[in-house]
Amino acid sequence: MLMPDKRGYFGRYGGRFVPEMLMIPLRELETAFRAAIRDKDFRSKLAYYLKYYVGRPTPLYLAERLSRRMGGARIYLKREDLNHTGAHKINNTLAQVLLAERMGKSRIIAETGAGQHGVATATAAALFNLECHIYMGEEDMRRQAMNVFRMNLLGADVTPVRQGSRTLKDAINEAIRDWVTNVKNTYYVIGSVVGPSPYPMMVREFQSVIGQEARRQIKRAEGRLPDTIVACVGGGSNALGIFYPFRGDDVRLIGVEAAGLGLDTGKHSATLSAGSPGILHGALSYLLQTREGQIRETHSIAPGLDYPGVGPEHAFFKDNGRATYVSVTDDEALKGFRILSETEGIIPALESAHAVAYAAKIATKMASDQIIVINLSGRGDKDVAIMAERGKGGKVC
Amino acid sequence: MNRIDLLFKRLKREGKKALIPFITAGDPDLGTTRDLVFALEECGAHIIELGVPFSDPLADGPVIQAASLRALRQGTDLKKILVLVEEIRRGTDIALILMTYYNPVYRFGLGELTLQASMAGVDGFIIPDLPPEEAAEWSGLARANNLDVIFLVAPNTPLSRARSVARKTSGFLYTVSVTGITGKRKGIPEGLADYLKMLRTVTDKPLAVGFGISSASQVKEIGALCEGVIIGSALVDSLAHYGDKKDAFIHIRSFVSSLAKALTGNHP
Repeated sequence: MLMPDKRGYFGRYGGRFVPEMLMIPLRELETAFRAAIRDKDFRSKLAYYLKYYVGRPTPLYLAERLSRRMGGARIYLKREDLNHTGAHKINNTLAQVLLAERMGKSRIIAETGAGQHGVATATAAALFNLECHIYMGEEDMRRQAMNVFRMNLLGADVTPVRQGSRTLKDAINEAIRDWVTNVKNTYYVIGSVVGPSPYPMMVREFQSVIGQEARRQIKRAEGRLPDTIVACVGGGSNALGIFYPFRGDDVRLIGVEAAGLGLDTGKHSATLSAGSPGILHGALSYLLQTREGQIRETHSIAPGLDYPGVGPEHAFFKDNGRATYVSVTDDEALKGFRILSETEGIIPALESAHAVAYAAKIATKMASDQIIVINLSGRGDKDVAIMAERGKGGKVC
Repeated sequence: MNRIDLLFKRLKREGKKALIPFITAGDPDLGTTRDLVFALEECGAHIIELGVPFSDPLADGPVIQAASLRALRQGTDLKKILVLVEEIRRGTDIALILMTYYNPVYRFGLGELTLQASMAGVDGFIIPDLPPEEAAEWSGLARANNLDVIFLVAPNTPLSRARSVARKTSGFLYTVSVTGITGKRKGIPEGLADYLKMLRTVTDKPLAVGFGISSASQVKEIGALCEGVIIGSALVDSLAHYGDKKDAFIHIRSFVSSLAKALTGNHP
């Protein structure tokens, strides 16, 4: 069956739970998106920029020293950290900004958590000379000050969001309020596979380039598909991007959520592991919520994972068992961060370090002829301030 | 026929328009909400919208966001609001509508909530993030319990869609005056008269206009074009503005009375 269905559902998840003002704009967006991906000009323009501007294809790199250290499976890294702007986010923002331009929109808005999506959106907006406004939680602006500076350099306006937990969830609320108000000339670039239909499908489509490349590359390198693919899950765009082209294959797909200080402390962002179905930001999916249906505040050392919701297609994959969702704590993620830096000379984003940590853990129990692919979704330069704060300039863990 | 239908019938006969104030339940506490409902009725309100606080009210401006937060801090939830409605219902026959985001409804359970709300004396629901496309189950259950399901149209709703939304709404059609979020605005939105005239060509159901209405002059002008006027942020703001409950009530009584007067030409 085709996913999502006509109403934007992946099984029982997804849909379009938005104020009336957005119903027609979402329909227009879906029509424009479907036409664009069928249009040869759009596709070749996007392919051109992905190659010459972003630097795709990104390498699939055999992490030999990390593999040897773990003493088990062969570990490959899909190097999304090598993209222009340092993360997978640009795959989606470039495509969506191209779509916005095609739709004749003059103003771009976006939310951002870690700042990576904000930077990637500001970058694409600069490239196509469009006005750009980014909403970012005040707490995140403090944690990721360098990215705020980058967005400003790129000509974007960063609006601090002071409501609620002052993180990603609240930035999305503000971006939606802006969109509702300025929908006529404004295009909202959502940064993950979340939100009302068609966003989850659209962002999946634009991020699937990760999995398509990885599939070709691992076949070339190993002559076969991997046994396991591991990716971190906040909203879930990098995970779905690498999972999706493997969905019909005999490959274990593992999404790693942020267990923060531990699932039993309540201070985490592990939506699929510890949440329940509900409606937030326009879609029915898993949520971290109270018994009364109020959205819970979340915690993760990785700002990009600090979100109480998750993409509806991940909820669908969880329920039907196609993917498995696990979680690692802040401390475990820090170990992943450190081990990759030390063994391979690659400093991962704290978000991606969650995937590294879990993959390292299971690799030791796997045979030496087995293969794991980690989606290394971003680079860690943005996180040095958090690390310095935590480690007080010395050893981090 | 429920209270809302009967009300609009009566008002039509009398040549009057409905004054529909919105307040956030539990802001600053449920006791004040109860007292406020009675005060609003005395001052000429015809229907009261009680806002159910939600942590992420994405269709609301800063005033109602802040009110929701205050109400949540008091531990306000749907269950307590239903108890409050039951209590209010013992003292008045005024129409009561709950305005809530969908997630608290979903968590409560659709069947359970429609049953309990109906028993408590609620007359209808407005759920701004539940468009007709997603509301089939909810509408069926609500109607079965004699609750109105009030849908919204906005200035960017095309006429063909407005016709279908109007067919599905019951009680009245919530007509959003501007493409935007809740909050006070000055003047009358451009094109509102034409927009209402167009809506009139696709439905006979009452049109109630909301979002951005905060003054007697706006109420007077807009009231002439539709069957009901909804006042939200202006009221919620003045409640928050006066630290002392007595002062707040004095102000709100005079404010709402002036709106009622502007709407009907005479004090009820």
